[in-house]
Amino acid sequence: MPAVSLTVNGKAVNATVEPRTLLVQLLRETLRLTGTHVGCDTSQCGCCVVHVDGKAIKSCTMLAMQADGATVLTIEGLANGEELHPMQEAFRENHGLQCGFCTPGMIMTAVDMVNRLGHELDERTIREELEGNICRCTGYHNIVKSIAAGARAMGTGGPSQQAAE
Amino acid sequence: MSANGIGAAVRRKEDFRFITGKGQYTDDINRPGQSYIHFLRSPHAHAKITGIYIKAAAAMPGVLAVLIGADLAADKVGSLICGWLIHSKDGSPMKMAPHPAIARDKACFVGDPVAVVIAETLAAARDAAEKVQVDYEVLPAVADPAKAQTKDAPQVHEVAPRNTIYQWHLGDAKAVDQAFKSAAHVTKLEIVNNRLVPNAMEPRAAIGDYDSGTSSFTLWNTTQNPHVARLVIAAFVGMAPEHKLRVIAPDVGGGFGSKIFIYPEEVVCLWAAKKVGRPVKWVSERSEAFLADAHGRDHVTHAEMALDAAGRIAALRVKTVANIGAYMSTFSSCVPTYLYATLLSGQYDIPHIYCEVDAVYTNTAPVDAYRGAGRPEATFVIERLIEVSARQLGVAPAEMRRKNFVDKFPHQTPVIMAYDAGDYDASLEKALELADFKNFAKRKRESGRNGKLRGLGFSAYIEACGIAPSQAVGSLGAGVGLWESAEVRVNPTGSVEILTGSHSHGQGHETTFAQLAAARLGIPIDDIAVVHGDTDKVQFGMGTYGSRSGAVGMSAIAKALDKVEAKAKKVASHLLEAAETDIVFKDGRFTVAGTDKSAAWSEVSLHAYIAHKFPGAELEPGLKEGAFYDPANFTFPAGCHICEVEIDPDTGVTRIANWVAVDDFGVVVNPMIVEGQVHGGIAQGIGQAMLEGAVYDGNGQLVTGSLMDYTMPRADNLPSFTVGTTVTKCPSNPLGIKGCGEAGAIAAPAAVVNAITDAIGSEEITMPATPQVVWAAIRKANARAAK
Repeated sequence: MPAVSLTVNGKAVNATVEPRTLLVQLLRETLRLTGTHVGCDTSQCGCCVVHVDGKAIKSCTMLAMQADGATVLTIEGLANGEELHPMQEAFRENHGLQCGFCTPGMIMTAVDMVNRLGHELDERTIREELEGNICRCTGYHNIVKSIAAGARAMGTGGPSQQAAE
Repeated sequence: MSANGIGAAVRRKEDFRFITGKGQYTDDINRPGQSYIHFLRSPHAHAKITGIYIKAAAAMPGVLAVLIGADLAADKVGSLICGWLIHSKDGSPMKMAPHPAIARDKACFVGDPVAVVIAETLAAARDAAEKVQVDYEVLPAVADPAKAQTKDAPQVHEVAPRNTIYQWHLGDAKAVDQAFKSAAHVTKLEIVNNRLVPNAMEPRAAIGDYDSGTSSFTLWNTTQNPHVARLVIAAFVGMAPEHKLRVIAPDVGGGFGSKIFIYPEEVVCLWAAKKVGRPVKWVSERSEAFLADAHGRDHVTHAEMALDAAGRIAALRVKTVANIGAYMSTFSSCVPTYLYATLLSGQYDIPHIYCEVDAVYTNTAPVDAYRGAGRPEATFVIERLIEVSARQLGVAPAEMRRKNFVDKFPHQTPVIMAYDAGDYDASLEKALELADFKNFAKRKRESGRNGKLRGLGFSAYIEACGIAPSQAVGSLGAGVGLWESAEVRVNPTGSVEILTGSHSHGQGHETTFAQLAAARLGIPIDDIAVVHGDTDKVQFGMGTYGSRSGAVGMSAIAKALDKVEAKAKKVASHLLEAAETDIVFKDGRFTVAGTDKSAAWSEVSLHAYIAHKFPGAELEPGLKEGAFYDPANFTFPAGCHICEVEIDPDTGVTRIANWVAVDDFGVVVNPMIVEGQVHGGIAQGIGQAMLEGAVYDGNGQLVTGSLMDYTMPRADNLPSFTVGTTVTKCPSNPLGIKGCGEAGAIAAPAAVVNAITDAIGSEEITMPATPQVVWAAIRKANARAAK
């Protein structure tokens, strides 16, 4: 079986995988990083979003071998120890989650959104940017609030997000 | 109100693990030696199984076993059941066909399991399943409930001629006929309540484990009611005695009803675990969930409303055909009957109601409770009828509702329910104010100037929640009681564990239940842990559905807290050397009335356990109390939602311009969580009204079988919501709580359709009101007007 080497949440990882192994399977089953979830089989739901080389991707739609040599950040690597990332804190503060299943993907998408579009995100932009993430619990109302608040908080340059990225 | 007490928007205790990726959902759990199971499912909606050939699959690398329906039957694994017995109007019991966990002779819907492969890896199981050969003799299929009872319709099960499970009715047909004869006006509607796929974001999953040393089973399962699952799997399926089966529902990623039911997959995982001597794990794929999860709604209804000359409702007559699917799921029978017809009175004083419901088998996935369960269907019927009748009579819709509101309580409807408290005028008035109703005409003119159509729709809904008094539901056919249990365990250091039979899968019980205990005991909320979802920890419970955990589950906790306080006062009286009647407990301190002698909660807790200050013969050591709470009545949350839409007549694209919800949930424990529940419910209701619809073709193939074909509401389909409340306390439970989980999904569809039909001036809108549906209705109305 082919070998892959990558960096996940700051740690070097070496693994052998079947060629058909998806990145999300490597993360969940081999590395036991179960915070990244699988909610569909058609790349629609966004529960599996992680960052690969600083960009949000759906880890169910990328082969593990394609991530060879890449730097991967999952929800488990976002906080700086006990100190939450501002986006995580914003989701808690604004009740941006209920069952929690879509939440890791939502947060990783949200951080990427801020990285690309800046700290002042209006409602319309946030809603359009969430095209690839589905939530069945919240009706998105509080997710939109959370992302707007998290984006502003990231703009104040909290130490946690710099450390995490 | 303290910072963490009842009414405070406490941030959720459970969130830290979810936002850091440390939640433990069923698929996150892995057992030593675990194997993986793949379900091979029928590709045909209706087919005889004339042969299954498994040898080639069994010989594939890594395969532990290939099992079929005959193996299940040989091991005498029992049928899945429906737990609510409905009788037809002729007195005959419902016609329930057997539901084997793996089909043996005949597959009855696309997705019916026909074989399973258990292997070392999931990939190996899937590869081997490709080698299983099944010979099918394909039979004609029926998917449309409106066609299921015709003479030529294919027969799904022999036990139910013309596919009819029951022909049930409620109300006084003669009195209703009489009222229609003397009516000044009659409004009639044909309604299809569209079929929905629940789609909780976490797909269903199960891990079965068997310990041959103790002959006991453990099941990790995405369930909303682990104890009910254990009871059914033990007592009906016969997998294991109840005391040899532990069911654990860890973190569960949403349910919306779909995880209430006992499905084939968890039964097969347990059975297969014993067969192969290894833990067996199954995780549903999303497209598998579309095929095999219980769907919701799917009613075809003819409804008529009789009105007198003053515009008061004289009677209601409703005839519904409800699709049950290929097998009767766990609670499928009660949804289109006692959860539906009993709510047809809405918020209105209607003297006579008669409702007939035929439940039919079809070659489709089973249909059962989905958020609201019967009550969204009832609300849609009554709220469409009253809106259309108002338009036909030229009365303002708000005025029409006011004219007919129930305004004296208690109010006995002609369809079983006794409404105990409410103020429907108050919620309507507040909603009108928040929706800036007085300027609607101006906004409509403005839209018109921009070539757009604008409409406004009301939905003044009521629901029956907090289900329900056990004796009452027993008399209606329920196979279980619907109380809830709680246990409050105080530790010697004063921290507290609350064990509850309710189950949280997004509702935030770990926070709200702790708020209740913190307020009662005067201790920090962080000193309280809520334990749920494990039949080895919690003795019994009925689980979470029907917006019952606040009204019923928390009432049980309140009752247990009463007992804890009473016992703690006895301990305190010995500790403080005072009469028990002189002990006052407030803000976490026990004080001897009229003195400065007092003891803290933690001191009394410690003394309850060290037991140095009282004789054991007089007072038992320890501080732990349990309670079962059986509700005295249903609860009746109600409110008014107003939806305002703007439509582009050239494309039919409908934008929700504004949404106002004013709900009366009785006492609100945590407004932040309650608002979140309302948001989510509205989104699902808007989904039903505008986006979602499960479609089977004439051969029973599911056309909308993935998230690419079935339109789930996304962030840019929805607006932000304005949410307000009014409060009338629920008089039937100690906390005054009515329940909030389903309101949005119940209210929303009628509000949307009333708004769209108001905008376009035509009632011919079917759900989901996609741009195509709206555009076609506009064209048709324009063509009619041109003639």
